[in-house]
Formats: sequence, structure tokens, C-alpha cells
Amino acid sequence: MTLAVFFGCAFIAFGPSFALFVFTIAKDPLRVIILIAGAFFWLLSLLLSSLVWFIAIKASNSQDHSLQRGLLIFGVFFSVLLQEVFRFAYYRLLRKANEGLAAISDDDSSAISVRQMAYVAGLGFGIMSGAFSMINILSDSLGPGTVGIFGDSQYYFITAALMTLALTLLHTFWGVVFFEGCEKSRWWVIAAVVGLHLLVAGLSLLNPLYEGSLPPVYGIMLLMGVWAFFSSGGSLNSLNALCTRRKAEAESS
Amino acid sequence: MRKMEHLISINCVKLLIATLFYTCVLSSSVEQKIYVELNNTVPCVRLLNATHQIGCQSSISGDTGVLHVLETESDLDWILSSGPHPPYMVIMETAFFNRSVMMRMKNSPRVAGVAVIVSKTGLADHFSPHTTCPNQNTGLYSENNAPELANCNMTVWNPFGNGLSYEDFSFPVFALKDENQTQVIRKCYEDHNLRVNGSAPRYPLCAMQLFSHMHAVTDTVTCMRRTDLQNRFSINPEVLCDPLSDFNVWTSTRPLNSSAKGHVADESVVIAATRLDGRSFFWEQAPAAEGTVSGIVTLLATIQALYPVTREAPPPRNIFFTFFQGEAFDYIGSSKMVYDMEKNDFVIDLNNVHSMLEIGQIGLRRGQSLWMHSDPVSRRNTSVDTEVLNLMKNVNSAAAGLSVKLDQPSFSQPLPPSSFQRFLRAKQIPGLVLADHNTSFNNRYYESMYDDAENMNVTYPPNLSPDEQLVYETEEAKSLAEVATLVARSLYMQAGGENSRLSNITADPKIVAQLLYGFLVQKNNSWFRSLLPPEVTKKGDNSILSSGPPQFYIGLGPRIHGPVHSVTRFVQYILANLTGSVTNLTESQCQNPSEVNTENKDFFSYFWVSGPASVNGTEEPFCVQASVRLSKAVSPAFELLQYGSRDYSTWTESRWKSIRARIFLVASRELEMLTLGVGVAVLLLSLLVTYFISSKAELLFSSARETPTTTY
Repeated sequence: MTLAVFFGCAFIAFGPSFALFVFTIAKDPLRVIILIAGAFFWLLSLLLSSLVWFIAIKASNSQDHSLQRGLLIFGVFFSVLLQEVFRFAYYRLLRKANEGLAAISDDDSSAISVRQMAYVAGLGFGIMSGAFSMINILSDSLGPGTVGIFGDSQYYFITAALMTLALTLLHTFWGVVFFEGCEKSRWWVIAAVVGLHLLVAGLSLLNPLYEGSLPPVYGIMLLMGVWAFFSSGGSLNSLNALCTRRKAEAESS
Repeated sequence: MRKMEHLISINCVKLLIATLFYTCVLSSSVEQKIYVELNNTVPCVRLLNATHQIGCQSSISGDTGVLHVLETESDLDWILSSGPHPPYMVIMETAFFNRSVMMRMKNSPRVAGVAVIVSKTGLADHFSPHTTCPNQNTGLYSENNAPELANCNMTVWNPFGNGLSYEDFSFPVFALKDENQTQVIRKCYEDHNLRVNGSAPRYPLCAMQLFSHMHAVTDTVTCMRRTDLQNRFSINPEVLCDPLSDFNVWTSTRPLNSSAKGHVADESVVIAATRLDGRSFFWEQAPAAEGTVSGIVTLLATIQALYPVTREAPPPRNIFFTFFQGEAFDYIGSSKMVYDMEKNDFVIDLNNVHSMLEIGQIGLRRGQSLWMHSDPVSRRNTSVDTEVLNLMKNVNSAAAGLSVKLDQPSFSQPLPPSSFQRFLRAKQIPGLVLADHNTSFNNRYYESMYDDAENMNVTYPPNLSPDEQLVYETEEAKSLAEVATLVARSLYMQAGGENSRLSNITADPKIVAQLLYGFLVQKNNSWFRSLLPPEVTKKGDNSILSSGPPQFYIGLGPRIHGPVHSVTRFVQYILANLTGSVTNLTESQCQNPSEVNTENKDFFSYFWVSGPASVNGTEEPFCVQASVRLSKAVSPAFELLQYGSRDYSTWTESRWKSIRARIFLVASRELEMLTLGVGVAVLLLSLLVTYFISSKAELLFSSARETPTTTY
């Protein structure tokens, strides 16, 4: 759909992650490393789950469409579970690394807290997930045509970009909440994260009502945002303090 | 730390490899949801000569336009002035493919391209995209020689010609021949582009993109100069255009020594000639039924009629049969043969030629007379005139007993466009051109895609199997067989043969019927398959034996395009079958006959042919010896490196990278801008919010930081 759509969708899908990267990650090399490693872990999980799906596809009858669809749904859910397993594995790795970091630092405390690592790991997952969802679609959006000749919606590119945006932020929030749950040994938190991830993945399978999947996903994203805020140390008090601080600054100026 | 770094560097490498693996393995399923590729594309390509470029061209990344079907005059107004979504890609119904509409399209910036529906419904009574005066600049009559006869001053040969093939279009023009594909396009148009109650259709709209970017520009001189520069200075030279070239086919009743060039002592030859090629507006489409096939079939039948008799009782003079390729493009084949004869580079030269009889368009006689055209300029010379009258007398007496009437046009009428004109340019030879028309062509679809079997009234009753159709003798077949008998007898008399033998010379209508079927309807038939070598018949659809009638466009020669030009091969092998004799050489001996003492490679060619398919499918190929030869048909201008020559043909065909077409939906400009706007807004908003939050992070996330030694 030409250059305007390409840039528009790229900005929508990767704008927030770009902003987060620039302002919170880029300055600290340790965070960059954790981000990239997180992206790699997500990539590994996708590779393994896609191998499973690919084998299942090749082993089955390619003409049976309902079977293929069933295999796709199975593949999606299996991939979600595998991503969460890898998130847990990454958590274990980071805990180990954190001990090592603390050992070699000067003041015997780690340069980065588990909460910060949780956020960066989640963002890493989110960026990689977004890249894989969106790059293919972006390259097709450069051509002169738009989706629709076979009856699909013409808003496909925008919808995909918005979905990617939501998914990136969701991965970030899930990372925070998940690591917090692992730290405090609260298993229901982990179960909730996995459940919500499965729900979002299921919503994305809602073709042809693809636009209809956006409002629920955004709702879940807002919910998760609030939950992540509270679990990473924020509170109503700090929000209050922020507002009064600003009011005080405004009055004093 | 080191452990971390080591881990991270390995991770990065693995990340890269995995990404590459993943992107290579994925096929773009989104692309399949957007585009419908149209597979059977028939483009119009660019041809160049010494001074001009003709044909069509798209921009390098294709031309896109919103589809609109041109069915009525109001559609034409919509496209050219009132439609709100220019540029348009015009789907043109057959009735609108004429000069006035195409010129209006050419001058309008609102037309991105044209796709012409090729069908018989709505076809006008006449349509010829060729010029009114074919080959007017390279024939016999010019400003220097008989200007009153030049440029069709006296007779307009092709009055229905609209010259579209010789116009230069800056947008792509494709032909839609496949009915199923046209249906797909129409459906897309009806679903999205129809006007409702006179108001403009709403986005998304169905659009088409055509790719046919041509590399050569301006004219042959420019293009060949650039190609020469590339060949000399570039490591990877890119050729921009290629000269049109192929082969002429010739044979003779007495075999000629092909290694002895130049004048042959004591040899007097009567030439019988016809043309092998045709053209149309689109690339490689040229059914050329009346224009070319009628001549080829008649000459082949003539050869078949003459051969038994010339074997038994050879006439004093040799009869030289030749099929010229490339005559549609300023007489490529005949000018090359005349040039070779002048340079003593051919088996005979012009002094060996006694007279010439050419077969022009003779398919649309419909029981009327056959006209004997002659050249008034050379007939001013009394000796030539006497010979021409003698030839006419021979032809008239050969017509005795046949149902063919003969007639002569008025004395001062010039020759129609024919290869004979090129011979006359070199030497005044007595000769005739036989045609079914007097002053202008009977062919209303000259050099167009509609000059097919139906134009020649070659139709078969329904419910016949292909093998039955192959041998079914239509009226046209019988009529052409009569003409072939006439020509054969005239040639025999002209060569000095005895009159008593004339009654034995008859053309077989069955052979004529088979030839007509093979050249007009289906070239992949059992008779053609039995004549061709086994490697061709085994390849099936990928070789020259694909389904359907053969196309007679000259092409670029075997060096550039895949298999050898099909028509040249067919004529060569048919001649081998009709005039050759079976030998018992093995396959390797057949391919290398010089190793066998009893065979003479100078006088004969050797062909390894399949033979008739037997019942249980086994073939028994054998070797045929025949005096059939090919001679190169490339314009002398390219040998002399005179790319701007006025005397010889300078036609070249441009090269291109890809020719394809696809349809898809396009969205409105407003939606695109909206997407961009939302994207920029999201980016700016997220930058602002993130900056704000990160600067206030201490305050917001103010709970105590965890101690790193918390055990899990």
C-alpha cells in the first residue's frame, strides 16, 4: 500500500518499543545485553514450537482444511506455553547471573535489580515478538496493493500494527509480573500470566473478525499495565506524590 | 561478567542465524492475500529500426491503474475526462480496439495502460494494425526508381490498415486471450469498481499493474551503439536489443553443391518463392493464415506434386524452391539471399536465375480468378517483357483442365509487396507474383491476430477427433490443391519440361488438408510428430510441439530463444519428408554423414526422424536424405554494421527483464495518510510518555529495591 502505509504501520508497531529502548535501555550496556538475550530466548521458543508445528503439518494431510486449522490452533497454544517456559528459564538464568554480578561488583550489590531485569527481559520478548509479527507484513505493505481481493478486510495492515503494539507492551508487563510472581513464589500469578497469554493468542485467531479482537486485547493490556505498575513498586501514594510534586513545582514557579 | 559476555556473543550469532533461517523458510502468505498473478500474458513489445521506435513500454516498476472496462462511449469519457480516480487501466472490449480510440488513449495522461480483450464477439468487419502500404521504403519502387508507383500512389494494397503496429505507446498494452483470466478480472471489476446510480465507486478499488519495461530506446543506431559499448568495456555486458533473425529454407529439384559458392556454370534456375512469417500488434502472436499459411501450404503441395515427375524426367532447368523468413519486416530473408548472391556467397548467383514465380496471398480466392502480377518497370525492357509473356503463357496453358481462372491486372499496376521486388532491385529478372487479389488485398485482417483459420474459411464439422480433422479435406484444401497443381505444372513448363508429362503432375488434396490442419489448427498432430526428430516429439509441451496453431513471428533466432523457431523447423522437416529418400544409416552416422563414404554431405542434408507411431507405442526412427538446406536470414545491415541503413531492414527487438501482470485492491489516499498520521502520533506520544515516566522513575517506583541476595 505504498510508503505512507509502510511508515505509518512501522511507527505504530514499533514506536513505543523504540521510545522505551531509547530512553530506558540504550544508556546502560548491561540492560542492552539483557534485552538482546531476552529476545534470543523468545526466538528459541518460537523456533522449537514452529518445528513441532511444521512436523505436524508435514505429517498430516495437507488437503484437509479443518485439520490444518486445528493444527494451527494447537501450534499457537503450544507456542504460548513454550514461550512462558522460556520466560521461566530466562528468569532462572538471570537470577544466576545476578549473583555473579553481585560477586564481582565493588560494593557487593548487583548493578541491576531483579525488577529492572524483569522489565528489560519482558521488553526483549516483546520486541522480538513484534518484529516477527510485523516485518513480513511491513514488506508487503510497500507494494501498491492492499489486502482485500479475496474478501478480507482492507484495514489489515493497521490492525496488524495495532495488535503488534499491544503485544509488545503486553510482553513487557507480563515479564514484570511473572518475575515478581517467581520471586515471591506466588504460583497463581504465573498461572494468570499464562492464562492471559493464551487468551490473547486465542483472540488473535478470530478471523475474519480481526478488528474485533483489538478492543479486548487493549483492555487486557491496560489491566496488565496497572498490575505491572503495582507489582514493580508503584503505588497510589507515589502517583499522588508525583501529582503534588508537580503541583508544588508549578506553584513555586 | 566474562561468562555473561561469552554467552551474549554466542547468543547474537545464533540470533542472526535463526532469523535468517526463519525468513528464508517463510513464504509470504500475506502477498497471496493481496495479489492475483495473471499467468497468461501477451504483451506488446518495443521494436526499433534505423529511425524510430514502435511498440509499447511500461515504467521500470510497472504501471498501476484503477480498472475500468471500456464498453460504451460514456466509459471513454469517464476514462479520459470525468473519472475521479485516474490513472485508469483500461480493459478494452474488442470493438473499441481501433486507431481513433488508441490515439486518444495515447495522448491522455490519465491512462496507465490498456488490456485488450481478444475475442470474436464485437470484432469489426475489418482490422489490420499494419500500414496501408507494407514495406514501402525497402521495396522496388522509390523516389529514385519509378516514383509514380512508389508509396502506393497508384494502388493502396492494405486499405484497412490503421498503422497501430507502427505507433509508439508510452504505456503497456497487453492482450487478454484466456477467457478464464478475463473472467477473473471482470469479476474483480464488478465487485468493486462499478458505478452505483451514477456516483463514483468507493474505495477500495480493483486495480491492475502491468510490467513490460523495455531496455532499448530511440532507434537501432542508438541501441546497437550502446550494446557495442557494453560489450567492449563492461565485465558483464548487458545487451539492449537483438536483430530479428532466423533462417530461410530452400531446396531444389537437382541438388546443388552447398560448398561451392558463387556462379554455377551451365545452371539455369527457376525460382519459386513464398514467405514464411507474419506479425501482429502483440509479441509472438501471428496466426497469419491468409497472409502466410496459404502461400506455404501451396508451395509445399507444389513441391510434393513436382518431385515424382522431376525424378523420372528431369527438366533442363533446375527449379529452386525457397521460403523467405522475415518478409514482414522490410524483407529480411529475401534481401539477405540477394545480398549473398551478389557477394558470391550463395550456391547460385543472380546470373543463374532464369525467372521467378512467387506465391503471394492466395487463400481467399473463393472461386474467383487468380491474378498474375508483374512489374511494369522491368517490362519496359523488351527481352524481359518477352520472357514475362512467355511465363504467363505457360501458366495459362497449365490451367487447362483445372477449375482455376487466371487474370492479369492492368499493365501499369506495380507489384504487390513481395520478395520478388528485392530481386528486381538487384537485376531485372522476368517473373510473376500470383495472388487472389487485383488492386487491394482480399485479406481484411492482414497481419493481425484475427487472420486465423476462420478468416480462410477453414472449418471442420463438429464431433471429429483430432486425427479425423487432420485428414478431412475442406473446400479450401481442395481449392489450394488446384492452385498448387497449376503452379507445379507452370514451373515444369517454365523449366523446359515436356508437355506430355504435365498430366502426371497433381497435388494431393490430402497432403494439403494435413498441412492446413497442422499450420492453422494444431501443430501437435500425428503427422507432424512422425516427421520430426525423436528428441522433439519426446519433449512434448516444452518444445516446438506445444498445443495450438504455430505462430509465425520471426523472433530472434535460436541463439536467444529456446527451441529453434517452430515454423522453420516444420517446413524443413516436411520438405525432407516430401522430397527426401530413406537411407539405412544409424543415428550416429546420420548425425555425421561425412564419415560414411557413400553419402555426400555437400549435396544433401541428413535428418533423423521419428517415423509414424506404431500401435504399441514403439518408434522406429530412421535417417532421411534430402537436399533441403537452411540459409541465414539476418539483415545485411547488421553484417555491414550499417545500423542506419536505408536500403536494408534494420529491425531489432528490445530486451526486457520481466513481463507480468497482476490485479489487486488499492486503498484511498486518505486512508494511507491517516495511517501515517496515526503512526507519527503514536511515535511522538510514546516518546513523550516514556521520557516523562523515565525521568520520574525514582519517584514512581519508590518501594525499596530488592537486595540482590534474596534467595529463591
